[in-house]
Amino acid sequence: MQDNIKQPLQQFMLQLADNLLVMGHRNSEWTGIGPIIEEDIAFASIAQDQVGQAWNLYQLLESNFGFAHPDQVAFTRNEKEFYSSHLVEQPTGEYDFSLARHYFYDLAQLLRYEMLSHSSYEPLAKLAKKFHGEVKYHVFHAQTWMKQLMDGNEVSKARMQSAVNEVFPFALGAFESVEGEEVLIAEGIFEGESTLKDAWMQQVGAQLLEWGYSLPQLAQPVLGGGKGYHSEFLQPLLDEMGEVFRLDPSAEW
Amino acid sequence: MKIKSLDPRINRIQIDADTENPQAMLHPLENWPTYEVFHQKKRGTHHEHVGIVHATSSELALAFAKEQFARRGETVNLWVVKSEDMMATDYADADVFATTPEKSFRDPASYSVKDKIDQWVAKQKNHAG
Repeated sequence: MQDNIKQPLQQFMLQLADNLLVMGHRNSEWTGIGPIIEEDIAFASIAQDQVGQAWNLYQLLESNFGFAHPDQVAFTRNEKEFYSSHLVEQPTGEYDFSLARHYFYDLAQLLRYEMLSHSSYEPLAKLAKKFHGEVKYHVFHAQTWMKQLMDGNEVSKARMQSAVNEVFPFALGAFESVEGEEVLIAEGIFEGESTLKDAWMQQVGAQLLEWGYSLPQLAQPVLGGGKGYHSEFLQPLLDEMGEVFRLDPSAEW
Repeated sequence: MKIKSLDPRINRIQIDADTENPQAMLHPLENWPTYEVFHQKKRGTHHEHVGIVHATSSELALAFAKEQFARRGETVNLWVVKSEDMMATDYADADVFATTPEKSFRDPASYSVKDKIDQWVAKQKNHAG
């Protein structure tokens, strides 16, 4: 593979994997303290799916792009070398915040995998097809809650609307192009973040209105994660996530 | 004093810590209705009752059933139905079933037809020959 394709492609997959790993880790923080036991289990499974998808992508980076072992890549880099968005690194907050983020994130992920399932880079297309069913469920789960709580009482409506408003600028910032994206587009590898964002906006707008939400103000997207610039929340998460691994990086698991 | 727990579900129901016999009062929003879950392993086979989930709508019940009862092994389909919509016989009326085991005439195993079938097969062969 030529360098001018390889570079943006591996960066694109690394960013995708980093987002999944950080999102999965954040969502896993609800394990054991979810609002009811059934939801606890469902949300923990979703978090596991996301970490699993990240693992698959890191593995592909190892086998086809000469990266280190997935554990090494996941647990030993610091925030400057992480390319995840500000959306996924925000603290879990209350359940309303986590649900709104879950909805925005997984809907984007579903559309992303639908696009990538036609990717000219065969190994990535294969993974996208494999992950599609998992994310279809994530979206069904998120949408059911988003609808349900907007259909609840005054408290649930107010809290969900304000969670949506709060998450929205971060969600808009989760479509950050990698350098050299135009090559990926030209090669038929990925249609590009801006095309994806348009498709996502269309669905988000229609769905929120249908469920009785007011559309959040078009805010300035919170960008920078894709370039390694993060809020104060990422490094503590990475410290915690890699804590056990770094005790003895050579340990056999 | 209320019991303080790491689990917000416990804190939410405000259990008295002072009494020897702490009691929790569940309010309607804390105590969701149950849905019966039926699981189908392969297309064309029957759905099997596997348990219940607590949910506030049948959609949410499906979302929960998927992870409670279909996160391991094979699944092609799930049904949920509100428990209160199930009609059931009363255990007090279980005597309506009492004599069923005696009615062996309803059990195909109590008829021996193997001889007759063999005879018929033999006859067909003779005809053909």
